[in-house]
Order: sequence, then structure tokens, then C-alpha cells
Amino acid sequence: MIHATAAHVLRRFVAALLVVLSVSTAAFVLARLAPGDETTTDVMEGVDPKAIADTRDRLGLDRPFPVQLAQFTWDLLRLDLGESAKFDRPVAALVAERGANTARLAFVALLLATLIGLPLGVVTGAYSGTWVSRLVSTASIAVLACPPLVAVLVLLYIATTTAWISVAPGDLLVPALALGLPVGAALERLQSQATHDAMASLDLLAAAARGIPSHRLVWVHAARQSLRPVLGVYGIVIGSLFSGSIAVEFATSWPGLGRLMLDAVQYGDVRLVAGCVFAAGVCLAVGNLVADTLRSVVDPRVRDLS
Amino acid sequence: MRRAAAAVLCAILLVATAAPWIASNPPDLPFGDRAFAPPMRVHLHDTDGWHAPFVYRQRLVNRIDRTYVEDHTARVPLRWWTNGRLVSIDPGAGPLLWCGADALGRDLCARLVYGARLSLGVAVLGACGALLLGALLGAVAGSSGGRLDTLITTVADFVLVLPIVYLVIVLRATRPLVISPAEAFWLMTILFAFVAWPDVARGVRSIVATERTRDYAAAVRALGAGRWRVMTHLLPAAYGFLRIEFVLLIPALLAAESTLSFVGFGFGGATPSWGGLLKDGEALTAMYAAPWLLLPAAALFVVVLALQTVAGARAGVAGSVVDTTAPRR
Repeated sequence: MIHATAAHVLRRFVAALLVVLSVSTAAFVLARLAPGDETTTDVMEGVDPKAIADTRDRLGLDRPFPVQLAQFTWDLLRLDLGESAKFDRPVAALVAERGANTARLAFVALLLATLIGLPLGVVTGAYSGTWVSRLVSTASIAVLACPPLVAVLVLLYIATTTAWISVAPGDLLVPALALGLPVGAALERLQSQATHDAMASLDLLAAAARGIPSHRLVWVHAARQSLRPVLGVYGIVIGSLFSGSIAVEFATSWPGLGRLMLDAVQYGDVRLVAGCVFAAGVCLAVGNLVADTLRSVVDPRVRDLS
Repeated sequence: MRRAAAAVLCAILLVATAAPWIASNPPDLPFGDRAFAPPMRVHLHDTDGWHAPFVYRQRLVNRIDRTYVEDHTARVPLRWWTNGRLVSIDPGAGPLLWCGADALGRDLCARLVYGARLSLGVAVLGACGALLLGALLGAVAGSSGGRLDTLITTVADFVLVLPIVYLVIVLRATRPLVISPAEAFWLMTILFAFVAWPDVARGVRSIVATERTRDYAAAVRALGAGRWRVMTHLLPAAYGFLRIEFVLLIPALLAAESTLSFVGFGFGGATPSWGGLLKDGEALTAMYAAPWLLLPAAALFVVVLALQTVAGARAGVAGSVVDTTAPRR
């Protein structure tokens, strides 16, 4: 079993590496196709033409495109992402710093979602019909209909009008809640359905007949059965956290990868754009790998199928 | 619940279609002395007793704080069906602002209603495109098998693990930042169709591949039907899946459009799409002074909620998590 899991993980790793490399190259090409380049803002701000010529020379902008692409690909293969023209820093360091921020945000959001969503889901699934579970279900259906953009604006509004939550720059709570609550609601609904299905299964009936107390039935027996369908969506959830984080980072000024990407695109900083896509690809791949590994540990069918 | 949600959706579509007649003012017309004017309230009753619905004229009392008071000296009755507008008031009494005004004094209600056309249009057409592309490719993959199947599945798998949002932003940036609303509309629609098809294709492929082994498919083949003919017989099995997928893709694409416009890479500045409108309400000071600028968020919420209700409770959960950015395995 260990061997099969390792082979599965290795195969996924190679595939992910290929995806990340090719997609960063594509981003480089596309960003070069965009109007303007690293010196456009300098030209508009009337910087000394001599300095601009120096910058163009340093960045190799006057060389033919195939040469630039070859240089980029060669650097990429050596995992050298180059220099950011806008920030005058190595892209790798910049991207690692911002990527870590986004990863931290996504991780806390996922943690919040899990801690809120799963227990509530067990409650609504096992004790449906009570007023508590009706209330929770209604709330989670409502939260489910909030895209991260809506969630973050609502939370910011609550924060500004009531001062219950701090919105000081660098505060993690609002962005993490905005990103995590909709996911938590989705997890709650899923866990609820899974628990409900598990409670109706025959082995739970058998366990109940053996005289196992009901709280143990719900929190141990049913919970274990519901693990598989719920863990299955974690890979998908990680992806949605990533796409949702752009709106959240933008609205709360969270210094993450999404914001860096927007800046890079705006300034035509091609190396940085490619670096951001590279980092996003790596983060997504790692997230998917972790989720997949979890799944193949819980569910042997995943290993055998692939 | 589903009926009610469907009715809400129909009403919103109707309002969006009939925008020029519903909106009381043009969406781009700034009223200089109405910056951050609050929503007007409809009254039925005053000290003289009951009347037909009327509003009070708004008066700017403090230009710095932008405070407005209702001018209670005269009632301004609502007029129905005049000058081709559903509801209007006497132009001498100033603009009719149901949802208040933005920083430039533009009618937020009009902008919301016109914005629905763009936002919903992109989402619905993008979903249609993704569905067409996904159904076609999925059906080809599922019904033919072999190399073509492997090729299509590999491409779909590839697209599914990409950091899609980042790529969409890069792709959008290949065009100038300020482009015409029509160009932005079609650009986003096509982009969305191209990033959302793999999910559809995978579902259709697995359905069609299962159907291919059934007796009726063998019968069609035995009667001498070609590959396309067989496909047209197999594809109807995926209708249920496609219907659910369509309803669930729209909220996802709606969120994508509003996010892109919100961060400045969708519809340009003055174009009233829902995401673009939210950019005006995003500043904390604006949020505090003019919370009605967050109404587009409420509109998004209502549409997404209604769509998820129509899709059904169970499907709604899957759809909200199933994002075009992530693999499904």
C-alpha cells in the first residue's frame, strides 16, 4: 500500500511540475504580447531617455523575442525567475514572500471553514428537524450564496459600522473569514448530507442494535463513514480558495500573491507576471497533492484507478 | 422554494431586458448636486392624509459632509408611463433616485439595472459557450474512445489544474486596460467558455462512455449509423447533467466577472457592471457614508441564491465548491 501511494504521488508530482513550467512560459509569452512593457510607465512619467535605454538594455528588451523567450526558459529550468523591473528585487524572493502570505490566508481560511463547517454539519445531519439544525442549515444556505467578493464587502461593512472586528492592515481575521465562511458553509452542507446518509446505513443500525450510545454513533461511527465524501472535496476547495483570494486580497489590502499579480500586470513587469503564475501553479499543485494524498490514504479506490 | 426562486430569476431577467424602460435616469448621466445622495423613500401619507405614492425632493444641506434632507414643503407624485419610463417624476423636482447616487451623482438604480445586462449576459453566454464546447468535446471523447478520447481527456485535465484566475488576468491584459464595453463583454464571455468547458466535458464524457456500452447504442451501430449519428443518440442521456451544470456555472461565472471587474481587469471604469459598481463602494469611507453603494453585492447574492435554489439543495453544495480552477477526480 505504501508503495502504491508513493508511485501515485510521484506520478502526480511529475505531471504538476510539467504543468507549472509550461504555464509559466505561456504567461511570459502572453505578458509580452500585452501592450507596453517594463519601461512604459517610465516613458509616460518623462524619465530621462538615457536611463530608459539603460533599463531596456539591462532587461534585454531590445533583443528579438525568441531570444528573450529562450533566455527566460533557460532561467526557468534552472529555477531562476529573474529580476522584477518594478520592485528591483529578485522575483523569486518577492513571490515567495507574497505567496507565503496568500498560503497563510488560505490555510487559516480552510482551518476556520473546517472547524466551523464539519461539527455543524454533523449536528444538522444527525439531528435534522430540531430548531438548531434548521437555523444552521438556513444560515449556511445563505452564506453559500456569497461569493468571496460579496462576503468580504459585507464583513468590511460590518467592521466599519460596528467596530466588532478589526480591519487594521495586516489583520488576518476579515480576509480569512471572508474566504473561509462560504467554504465552511459548503463543508457544512456536505458533512450534513454525508452524516445523514451514514446514519441511515445498515451498519449504523447494527451498531445501534448492539447498544452503542447515540452520541458515539454520531461522532465516531457516522463521522468515520462521512470522512470519505468530505475529504474528497478538499482538493476542489483549495482551488476555490485560491481563485477567491484575489478579490479578498484586493478589498482588504492583504499583501498576497493576487495583489502582486495585479500590480505586475499593471506595470507590464513580465518576469514578475510569469513568477506569480509560477508560484500560483506551485501552490495549487502542492494543495492538490496534499488533498490527493489524503484521499488515497482514506480511499484505496483512488490509487487503484489511476 | 424552487418555484419562488425561478420567479425571482425571471423577474430579474425581465428587468435587465427592459432596462431602458425601467431605469428612471440614463446610467451615465451625472447629477452634479447629487453626489452620494441617499436612496429616496416612497411615501403614501403626510400631514394632509393619504395620497397616491409620492416622494420628496432632495435638498443638499452640506456640500462637505454631503448631507441631504427631504424637502417636505411639496409632494412630488410618481408618474407612471410617461416619456417611455415606467416610473418617473417631474424633471423640475430633480432626478428620481431609488437606490441613491454614487460619487459622481449617477443614478445607482439605473446603473444596477443596466449592469445586470452586462454581468448576467457574460455569465449566461459564457455558460452557454462552456456547455456547447464541453458537451461536444465530451461526447466526442466518450463515444469514440481511443486516441481522441485520451487527447481530449488529457487537455481537459491539463486545463483543470491550471491557476485559472491568474491566467485569465494575463489573457485579459493582452488587450489594453481600457476597452469598449462590447469588446470586454465578448472577451470575457469567450475566456470564461474556454476555462469552464473541461468540467462539462468530463461529466458528459463519463455519461456518454457508459451509454455507449448499452444495447440501444449497439443497435444504432448495427443499423449502420456513423460516429456522429451514434453520438446524437447518446448525448440525450447527458441532458440532466447539462441542465444542472448550466444553472451552477452561471453563479461561478457571475462571481468571476464581478471579481475581474472589481480588480480592474474586466469592464472598464465607467461601464456599469456589478463588479465595477462594487469598486465604487469598496472604499471604507464610502462604505460608511454611502452603504447603498453595496447594493450590487446584494444583487449578486440574490441571483446566486436563486440559482442555487433552482439547481436543488444537493447540487447547490457541489456547485458552490466546484470551481473552474480545480481538478475533479
